[in-house]
Amino acid sequence: MQILLNGEPVVTQARDLDELCASLGFTGARIATAVNGSFVSAGRRATTSLAPADTIEIVAPRQGG
Amino acid sequence: MLELYGARFTSRLLLGTAQYPSPETLKQAVKASAAEIVTVSLRRESARARAGQGFWELIEQLGCRVLPNTAGCRTAKEAVATAKMARELFGTPWVKLEVIANDDTLQPDLFGLVEAAAILNAEGFEVLPYTTEDLGAAERLVAAGCTVLMPWAAPIGSARGLTNKDGLKALRAYFPDVKLIVDAGIGAPSHAAEVMELGYDGVLLNTAIAKAANPVKMAKAFAHAIEAGRLAFEAGLIEPRDMASPSTPVAGTPFKIDHAS
Repeated sequence: MQILLNGEPVVTQARDLDELCASLGFTGARIATAVNGSFVSAGRRATTSLAPADTIEIVAPRQGG
Repeated sequence: MLELYGARFTSRLLLGTAQYPSPETLKQAVKASAAEIVTVSLRRESARARAGQGFWELIEQLGCRVLPNTAGCRTAKEAVATAKMARELFGTPWVKLEVIANDDTLQPDLFGLVEAAAILNAEGFEVLPYTTEDLGAAERLVAAGCTVLMPWAAPIGSARGLTNKDGLKALRAYFPDVKLIVDAGIGAPSHAAEVMELGYDGVLLNTAIAKAANPVKMAKAFAHAIEAGRLAFEAGLIEPRDMASPSTPVAGTPFKIDHAS
């Protein structure tokens, strides 16, 4: 299915958010996630199913003012 | 001593971590500034570049308390989601809440700000809202549970200093018990000293140090200015007056003839 990952269209086989993060090599990484504009905690990623056209944000710490 | 949501700090300077010429310069500038609180952000992480993972290690080396921002958020919903992601990632209930209204001025959307602050306070966050000197917005933010307010001095990155000093003075007078930190628009150490002389509790800045020709030296200059301004406030400044008032005793002035007698 096609999803929108960090603003870019991406085709993925992942069924849930945890699988998606793992497929991108983010296992154990310092990241946080949101699906369709709402925060999804690390503990809820495995039970958050993905659907076509879902909008996913995967963010990490960065410099800020 | 600066107290924010029950946490105490010796330094009254909060420092941004962006725009430094190198990570090493950032580290040295933080050390020279003696800042104990640094602001950070969240940005999209690329699976290839993984820039955030390296920055996390740098943050840990700084040994400062982190204040995550919601920079770039345009709605209360975006800001709330970003704050929640930041709380999980940085392990802090603190959030520098920004809801931006306009790309040219980066001025806060005060309506969205109040809406987001109310939601986040109810969910256990400790909110430090980036606001203006507007008294009505300040009242609503305090009513929503904020005990810290961060009005701008001028637009972010503009280095213009206190563009509405009277407004900042009024805010200080109206909210004597709220912690007030000027956030944004500071360009020179003299601006920071001026803020502190008004009785503000702290100054948050980034660009004026990061983009200086020598950020480490500028960090030290700001640390001195903020300390000087605070000392001056505590010492009690004299009131300005229109006419001169001689500092040397008038009595006994040589050659003086008293024409009145």
